[in-house]
Amino acid sequence: MRTRLVTVLLALITAILVIPGPAATADEQGGESLHGQILNPEDRDQGVEGIRITVFDGEDETGAAETDSDGMWEVELPGPGTYRVVVDQESVPSEFVVREGLIVDGETEVEVEAGGQRPLIIGLERPGASDDDSASPSEEESEDSGAAAADDEAVAPVADSGGSFGERFVQLAAAGLLFGLVIAVSAIGLSLIFGTTKMINFAHGDMVTFGAMAALVFSSGAAGLGNSLLAIFAGLGVAVLLGGFLEGRWPRAVLITAQWTAIFVGIALATVLGVMGDAVGWSVPLWLAAGIAVLMGAVLGASMERYIWRPLRHRNVALIQMFIVSIGLALVVRHVILVLFGAGRSRYAGYQIQEPVRFGPVEMAPRDLVVMAVAVVVLVGVACLLQFTRIGKAMRAVSDNRDLSESSGIDVDRVTLYVWGLGGGLSALGGVLYGLNQVVEYEMGFRLLLMMFAAVILGGLGTAYGAMVGGLAVGMVAMLSTLWFPSQLMQAWALALMILMLLIRPQGLLGRRERVG
Amino acid sequence: MDILSILAESTRSALGPIAAIYALAAVGLNFHFGYTGLLNFGQVGFMLVGAYGVGISVAVFDLPLLAGFAVGLLCALVLALLLGVPTLRLRADYLAITTIAAAEVLRLVYRAGFAEPLTGGVYGLQNLSSGFRALNPFDGGTRYGVGALAYNGNHMWVLVVTWGLVLLMVGLTWMLMHSPWGRVIKGVREDEDAVRSLGKNVFGYKMQALVLGGLIGAMAGCMLAVYQASIQPDQFKPQVTFFLWVILLLGGAGRVFGPVLGAMAFWFLMTFTDGLLKGFGSMGWLPFLSGPDYGAIQLAFVGLLLVVLIVFRPQGIIGDRKEMLINVK
Repeated sequence: MRTRLVTVLLALITAILVIPGPAATADEQGGESLHGQILNPEDRDQGVEGIRITVFDGEDETGAAETDSDGMWEVELPGPGTYRVVVDQESVPSEFVVREGLIVDGETEVEVEAGGQRPLIIGLERPGASDDDSASPSEEESEDSGAAAADDEAVAPVADSGGSFGERFVQLAAAGLLFGLVIAVSAIGLSLIFGTTKMINFAHGDMVTFGAMAALVFSSGAAGLGNSLLAIFAGLGVAVLLGGFLEGRWPRAVLITAQWTAIFVGIALATVLGVMGDAVGWSVPLWLAAGIAVLMGAVLGASMERYIWRPLRHRNVALIQMFIVSIGLALVVRHVILVLFGAGRSRYAGYQIQEPVRFGPVEMAPRDLVVMAVAVVVLVGVACLLQFTRIGKAMRAVSDNRDLSESSGIDVDRVTLYVWGLGGGLSALGGVLYGLNQVVEYEMGFRLLLMMFAAVILGGLGTAYGAMVGGLAVGMVAMLSTLWFPSQLMQAWALALMILMLLIRPQGLLGRRERVG
Repeated sequence: MDILSILAESTRSALGPIAAIYALAAVGLNFHFGYTGLLNFGQVGFMLVGAYGVGISVAVFDLPLLAGFAVGLLCALVLALLLGVPTLRLRADYLAITTIAAAEVLRLVYRAGFAEPLTGGVYGLQNLSSGFRALNPFDGGTRYGVGALAYNGNHMWVLVVTWGLVLLMVGLTWMLMHSPWGRVIKGVREDEDAVRSLGKNVFGYKMQALVLGGLIGAMAGCMLAVYQASIQPDQFKPQVTFFLWVILLLGGAGRVFGPVLGAMAFWFLMTFTDGLLKGFGSMGWLPFLSGPDYGAIQLAFVGLLLVVLIVFRPQGIIGDRKEMLINVK
């Protein structure tokens, strides 16, 4: 083994030394370039498209570029030296101007070293942001603040310009309640999964993204991609359901054959539908799409358990290793979602501009009211399920003590499967609710995951009710902190709350004390 | 598509400055996970405070470069204490959650609008490496190296310094791990309670390891700042930490040279798959994908590599399987 490795390495090194330099370094020689990204100052996650940038060497133009949809641009340069960069002021959208500083009147000089790929920072800002004299017309101002409030998803959906402290407090508390409910719905699954398997599921955030994306696809028109996904998940769902219900009743060989047939039929169907593409396009209203997304989320969760986690548990893979596997899985799921659905940010059509409803001091869009109502109903439903039904009691029992419940006759593997199904469905629903309230994009789940962690630890790892309480608390704290502090610190406060809880009561609000450290 | 030139380019990046910087950060992570069993998923946070320590000192306050390094290391020390005090007495996964959340929150705070006078917000800071380049014994315009393996003078200088630091830290690891302190640290990884019953202060040892590894991570961040001459907060996304984990597990956790080997192998693989995907793309073999998707596919590949490694070969290239089978609690 070792000699073979050394031989390969030696061969490789010889090959590299033998390759003539110029051939390999051809692109390296002309590798000097200037590049950068121009971002929208209102929304730092979006680029500005179509800004022209020209590079001059003395008086001669050496290259030009235009920013793409992400605001990225790059100009190849002939060699090292000092260049003059000119930003075409005409091409900058009329609502912005180039930020003065490094760049004066749209021009700047940069020095590029040999082989250097130098980033050049070009900032945009609103006209008059740097000097106060040029007061912008008031009508534009009011229109802007409305648009900004609708646009800026990091901040509470509140126009923070008006209102006394009391009014803003109440308004933000309502927004916090909404955010908290969304966190709670998504976090129950995380907590229950931890309770039953003692594993922290890092891929939970990406299950949230998956739900939001799936609902988006089916509500805005499912063509080849949506149909294929549906077919694959139908196949997986049938396989998992067969396994869940009939394990031990049918002969093993028959069951396995049936399961794999279902999966392969699903894949075959997906291929056919994918090839047919737009020929079988359809779309459903959002509530129905959300239903489909929840079902698909449940199937995703259950099949992860059935085909990844259960085999790993039977291999006696240690918990820490499982934890790392879940991180790898999260990366895979997130980037598969990115390739399938793209990196764009979108919203559910038809629910954006709504006349707010007033309740005394609180103003809310009808969609937010619906989100809250759905979340409350679901939370109560899950609580009833856990408290009164047979399977719910079994879930709590396994969550409490896996070995004891196994020895008292509970089929622990099956309960775990249901927990994953429930968790997957709830996280998909959380994704749809979160997406309704904010925007749908491929990293939304990861951002929510940090809040879910804070919620779960705050409430007590492994307890479903703890996740609910913790979610509400985290949502409230995050939103109310914007009363006094910048909104970008929202997540920092949630984290601070979590660290505080770890210091004074590591088991969480509703957790049971266990011997640690 | 020229497979030989892709191979040459991959080897070049496996020995290049970026691989060296990642190797340095992974040496720090090796202290955490490989020897002490701490699940630090926020190593990028240490790199971030290190890089911004240099960046803010040099670009905003015009301090000399060495002062910048000192500030960066000091920030990392504070961060390690802040993270360690609440979590190191608890089960390992609490540290994991807290570190990843803290690293991401740090990134969000550094890129926030209100921090812009100090951190430059999303635009970051630039012109950071003039002090470093003033010491450069190589000539910036000339290329050094053999055949395809050539770097320009400035990169050569970063490369020599960073690999030098890596070797220094690897030496430090070797010496510490062959000292009584190192044996206690490994004991903590194997069985915390047993070490505690021998009268050792487990919390203290874990804290020392966390601080030490964090300082090495911050050093990597400092080198990143002087290598690129500019920093943006969005370079410090959580996937950097995941890269470091793959590097560590690929090379072999708990081995002195594991992170070094891992970093070389990892960057070789990354550049190779990138070249291969681009080559296939230009030949029209990947009709469904466009340019930006290649990056996503690579990251998915990293995730898959992490899963496959930990399940089938947790000891990596040169690790000891017995050492990695312990269930750290």
